[in-house]
Amino acid sequence: MVKLIIDSQSVEAEETWTVLEAARYYGIDIPTLCYYEGLSPTSSCRLCVVEVIRGGRSRLTASCSMPVQEGIEVRTNSERVRKARKVIIELLLASCPNSRTLQCLASKYGVTKIRFKPEDRGCILCGLCVRMCEEQMQAGAIGFVYRGVDREVAMPFHTRHEACRECGACQFICPVCEMPCQGPMQPGQLCNACLDAVQLEAFPSKD
Amino acid sequence: MKKELSPELKAVEKYGSDRTCLIPILHEVQKEYRYLPEKALRNIASMLDISLVDVYGVATYFRSFSLEPKGKHTVTCCMGTACHVRNSPGVLEEAKRTLGIDAGETTEDMLFSLETVNCLGACALGPIMVVDGEYHGEVTPAKVKKIIGKVKHQEGRD
Repeated sequence: MVKLIIDSQSVEAEETWTVLEAARYYGIDIPTLCYYEGLSPTSSCRLCVVEVIRGGRSRLTASCSMPVQEGIEVRTNSERVRKARKVIIELLLASCPNSRTLQCLASKYGVTKIRFKPEDRGCILCGLCVRMCEEQMQAGAIGFVYRGVDREVAMPFHTRHEACRECGACQFICPVCEMPCQGPMQPGQLCNACLDAVQLEAFPSKD
Repeated sequence: MKKELSPELKAVEKYGSDRTCLIPILHEVQKEYRYLPEKALRNIASMLDISLVDVYGVATYFRSFSLEPKGKHTVTCCMGTACHVRNSPGVLEEAKRTLGIDAGETTEDMLFSLETVNCLGACALGPIMVVDGEYHGEVTPAKVKKIIGKVKHQEGRD
């Protein structure tokens, strides 16, 4: 067992656990998009950032792929973490305004403005569908192709590949396939319908 | 009758059928065909026992791989900062005019492909033009015609 501190609580975790798994085991909520239990973590969405303090130094780390270590202190909801998450949500929303998951996260973390040039791409490149297809469905029909700004999830040669059984697992697992509650959003537009209510629930101590 | 082995099979025999050997295999196959045909990618995927999309992903990720047929000779113009300030845009413009194609295209007779590259790491020689792996330093638009003309002459197409 490894002893560590998560949000000023001393906890014990198995050596094989990640910081995210340990936090969730003790009921501490860390938002994630690209993490799914049973699939390998890729830490591509960065939403699970936490502050890890080791030897007096603090740094932001993706908790979904960081193994627990003896004596570290983890802060999952510090000011610095919240700030970083807000920027990440803004960035994700700039490329994917029509995701209910993202719009709800924006309300929860108090994102009321998107400062980035919006461009609706309909995908946040989290790779969940790719891992689902390969690791769970054993198909390997879709994958990342091209690179940089052109990177996208596609089938080889952009035609339907024989490995695809049309099982729909990729759509099931996609975090951005669902429309926000108020219907289609323009890029840069925020739903924020439940902003006040969710804010109060998420951070009740805030005055 | 002895049957000629396919380039894919030869490359896999040379480098082994481990998935880590994918990039050298693709290079070898591309050397043979001058591009990566769909059929070759499918063969490689089945020989290395990886999914086709993994092969396709690697082939589209790197600029040195092409899924379109390339010309026999490759003309590459460096567009890096050091070359840029020494008039590499003029060199590229001249190369485009001489070959009658845009950057990234191939001439109709499949003789030349024109490419751009962001830096070749030989900035002191700029502007640089590479023809079939041979570096030409301090190129001027006037020299472009000469260099390409020489290759055309060897091919008997002046």
